[in-house]
Amino acid sequence: MFEAISFYLFAFLVIASFWIAVTTSQALYALTALAAGMILISGFYFTLGADFLGAIQIIVYSGAVLALYAFGMMFFDTTREVKEKNPNKMIVGTLAALSTILTVVIVAAPLVSENIVAFYPSVESIGNTQQIGVVLFTKYLVPFEVAAVMLLVAMIAGIVLAGKKMDVSLTKLAEEEIEKKAEELV
Amino acid sequence: MEIGLNHYLVLATILFGIGLYGVMRRKNLLMLFFATEILLNSVNIGFAAISHYYGDLTGQMFAFFVIAIAASEVAVGLGLLIVWYKRHNSIDLDEMSLMRG
Repeated sequence: MFEAISFYLFAFLVIASFWIAVTTSQALYALTALAAGMILISGFYFTLGADFLGAIQIIVYSGAVLALYAFGMMFFDTTREVKEKNPNKMIVGTLAALSTILTVVIVAAPLVSENIVAFYPSVESIGNTQQIGVVLFTKYLVPFEVAAVMLLVAMIAGIVLAGKKMDVSLTKLAEEEIEKKAEELV
Repeated sequence: MEIGLNHYLVLATILFGIGLYGVMRRKNLLMLFFATEILLNSVNIGFAAISHYYGDLTGQMFAFFVIAIAASEVAVGLGLLIVWYKRHNSIDLDEMSLMRG
């Protein structure tokens, strides 16, 4: 009973906030709605018994990813209204619905056949975080290391791409010097 | 009323549809990135639900790797976007079609 109430409440809130994030023309509203949706999604993870995944969702998505997006928003000056030349809404909606149904059917069709066996069955007596640790550092050790290298590569790429001309601190310059620098850049 | 696997899969489908609608509709690249995050999150819900209802941890493992990939995608994507914005002063998708056929 309570599971049903929490499921429908969270589902309604997540769908509503993601719909706002997709349709609004204000970048700030989109970012805020996205953050709300990310945090609400972790509610599903806690209901599903994936405690560690829920904590990671809050830390990584709501903490790191959205902070990065907020930085990007400040940089791109999208605080004013975003002007977009919109294509036909009906065509876009129909195409999105069709391709969604197609993708979900393709991916979820094996679930219908009832012959699925658990590779790494979860044990009731052990906590979720402990189980995740055991499976991650035995069966998924190589993907884990590869993911670590990938994150390192992404970090270096981010620094190299975004960090150009950051040796000059704008806060320490006088007004005229800043204007001169701006003219040089243009 | 019992909440089963199908409830979660339908929810993941709806969220995936919303994300796809956003990807097709958005022209501002930053807002397009928001929509891709919605796509990745909806898939994660499906993974966690299947992991719970089949008593298997593989789904949660995949969700972790999806989160790792999403994090690195954001870092590299925003870096590229900043470089483009410095050069062209715009992140509109329609103005990026350099190779006109």
